[in-house]
Amino acid sequence: MTNKGSPWSPYLAGALSGVLGVLSVLVAGKYLGASTTMVRAVGMVEEAISPALVETPYFQKYTLAIDWQFLFVVGIMAGAFISSLMDRSFKVQAVPDMWAKRFGTKPLPRLITAFAGGVVAIYGARLAGGCPSGHGLSGLTQMSVSGFLAAAGFFLGGIIMARLVYKGGEQ
Amino acid sequence: MTLLYGLITGLVFGFLLQKSRVIRYDKQIGALRLMDMTIVKFMLSFIIVAMVGVYLLREFGVVELSLKGTILGPNIIGGLLFGLGWGLIGYCPGTAAGALGEGRVDALAGILGMLVGASVFSHTYPTLKASVYTWGDFGKITLADLLGVNHWVIIAGLVVVYVLVLAFIERKNL
Repeated sequence: MTNKGSPWSPYLAGALSGVLGVLSVLVAGKYLGASTTMVRAVGMVEEAISPALVETPYFQKYTLAIDWQFLFVVGIMAGAFISSLMDRSFKVQAVPDMWAKRFGTKPLPRLITAFAGGVVAIYGARLAGGCPSGHGLSGLTQMSVSGFLAAAGFFLGGIIMARLVYKGGEQ
Repeated sequence: MTLLYGLITGLVFGFLLQKSRVIRYDKQIGALRLMDMTIVKFMLSFIIVAMVGVYLLREFGVVELSLKGTILGPNIIGGLLFGLGWGLIGYCPGTAAGALGEGRVDALAGILGMLVGASVFSHTYPTLKASVYTWGDFGKITLADLLGVNHWVIIAGLVVVYVLVLAFIERKNL
């Protein structure tokens, strides 16, 4: 393992995050979720380019402004930044270790793959109605049938793609 | 005030995600390659605590559920599509933000892709609405509604299932 610092047990961090999730519902009335923020962010960009671009039924479902979830996502970035500075695990890295082992350290293939994956993933998340936070964590917290269906899809699709990407290699 | 809660909740969540390393590409793809189940341990621990907590508070009438609609077409097709993309990017929307925070710049390429994907989605939504969204609409339902059983019975059953899954993962040293 190349991890510096001392990672916390995922059981402890997960359980504490679960408490955080309950508090968020109690105090702010908000269930954790992240993918709508991508819609708001790109909507605000398109609105700035031309207001006509956001006159679509989907953009009109949302207020195109900074909201609770937008700042939640910004907070995740800042929280991870602070945490990684504190245990000195912050590292500017374009190619993850596992990827480098299999495909080498050239950044471009990794960046293109991440970009393409982002396009497909968010299209799917918006179609499904949420991502692993909104459907996975919050959906299963509430025992929503949609959460079980989506989460099964997330992992099934993910396992299939990971096999395709890494087929033939032991590492 | 709500905005401030969003930021604070995000800060704490980002801290915990980073501390337990679940925002890493290696952890997420590790789970999808069935080699390292760190993210599953995190998710199931979250769900067990939050499920019991939310339903308990709901008994006192201080919180409400906020269910996403169950429609078979979009839930299943969208879920699979997300998964296929997830296997490429190795981050989900929330963890991509966190990964960028700890310096993983490939997450930025992924986030740019997500913004493009969100734009494509919003411009193709009318077509989807007339098709996929009409396939198998069950409304906003929980597993307890579906099975017609008291929710605490289902909660107890799910906790047992989740703990067994975690025990299995531990036994296999994943």
